[in-house]
Amino acid sequence: MRKAAVAPVKQDAKGALPPLKPEANSVLGAHTAALLRELVAHLRENRTQLRQEWARRMAEARLLTAMSTEETFAEATSVYDNYVEALETGTFEALQAYARNLSERIIPRGVEIHEVVGIVLLLRDVLARSLFSRYQNDFALLNRILDAYEPAANRVAITVAVGFVQERERTIREQQEAIRELSTPVLQVRDRLLILPIIGVIDPQRARQLTEQLLRGIRANRAKVVVIDITGVAAMDSNVANHLVQTVEASRLLGATVIVTGLSPEIAQTLVNIGVDLTKMTTVGDLQGGIEQAERLLGYKVAVAVSAQDQQED
Amino acid sequence: MEVPILKQGPYLIASVQSALNDADLRFLRDNLVERVGKMRARGVIVDVTALDVMDSYASRTLRDIAHMTRLRGAETVIVGIQPEVAFAMVQLGLMLEGVATALDLEEGLEFLKRKAHAAAKEARERVP
Repeated sequence: MRKAAVAPVKQDAKGALPPLKPEANSVLGAHTAALLRELVAHLRENRTQLRQEWARRMAEARLLTAMSTEETFAEATSVYDNYVEALETGTFEALQAYARNLSERIIPRGVEIHEVVGIVLLLRDVLARSLFSRYQNDFALLNRILDAYEPAANRVAITVAVGFVQERERTIREQQEAIRELSTPVLQVRDRLLILPIIGVIDPQRARQLTEQLLRGIRANRAKVVVIDITGVAAMDSNVANHLVQTVEASRLLGATVIVTGLSPEIAQTLVNIGVDLTKMTTVGDLQGGIEQAERLLGYKVAVAVSAQDQQED
Repeated sequence: MEVPILKQGPYLIASVQSALNDADLRFLRDNLVERVGKMRARGVIVDVTALDVMDSYASRTLRDIAHMTRLRGAETVIVGIQPEVAFAMVQLGLMLEGVATALDLEEGLEFLKRKAHAAAKEARERVP
């Protein structure tokens, strides 16, 4: 722990970094703190010039092309200030929050991870160069300054990159969740009659979720008949087919009858070829037929209204 | 935990309140099969809403109850199987073959009434 300030930055398994603040009562720690203070003063002094140099190199490397020059410059200013502050205080919470906030804003605009890491590393290089030129006459001092500077700078880079990746993963998770919920609507067409249109590929996970949602829907709507329409399903393997049979059986245990409609010729062939036991399933050619069958089961009678008939005769 | 069996018109209603062990299940089965005759019941409803697991022995016993009471002249309906339980049962292959099921108690009673009505109609038609 005594050498924490100068040791290379290591990240533990959970991604949380130990505090970098040098120990005030240790000689080495106090020394490092003094060096860091000097360093920060130097960076504050040359803020305008260094920031411009950084922005120039960013433009040169064609990073952050998704943002305008003014925006880039504004972001660069706050990144610079946060960077210097993190160096000065040795705590990274503020920087972490800023990195998350920044990621939240720039991810929807298509900024990539290599750009974010790239600009932070560029800033590190720009600042290191300025340190080189300032302390070029005293090599020993330069070495000590770099000993203090490098771990802190690396930590900043890691913090920003991790913040960006975490934010992006969170976005992806949210979108996956939304897609999953949208993909299986359970709709009530009439009292006690539900339809479940399935479109697209059914993987085992989706099949499972579909079943859960259907069974819950049966409970919530007190459904007696369910029409599962698989017109939009292009292919089906034996696992999914068996799962479908299980869904039908589970629905029966809840007291609901299931009608499966819209089996394509290919699916019908597959099911017969792989020998899925279809005796327990009621199947009807298309969705319309399925709904009509369901209405018969529920005792509905659909008739054309008289006025409409009159209109037709006219 | 003993399962209370209530008489409601021509029907018996067994409402399971908590998880049952094998002895409780056997007791329920014997009790129901006996009372169907004694009370001249036409239908039996077993309400399992409170159960959140159903093992193979429980589902076999329920099936046995249904088949035994049918031989004694009463139709059995299992009502209130929870969605999760239903799916778990099907995955374990416990399908309750040949046993009527309904969503809840109300649906179960409805089913039994319809069944009795259909049986009466069929009987009338058979008489010339």
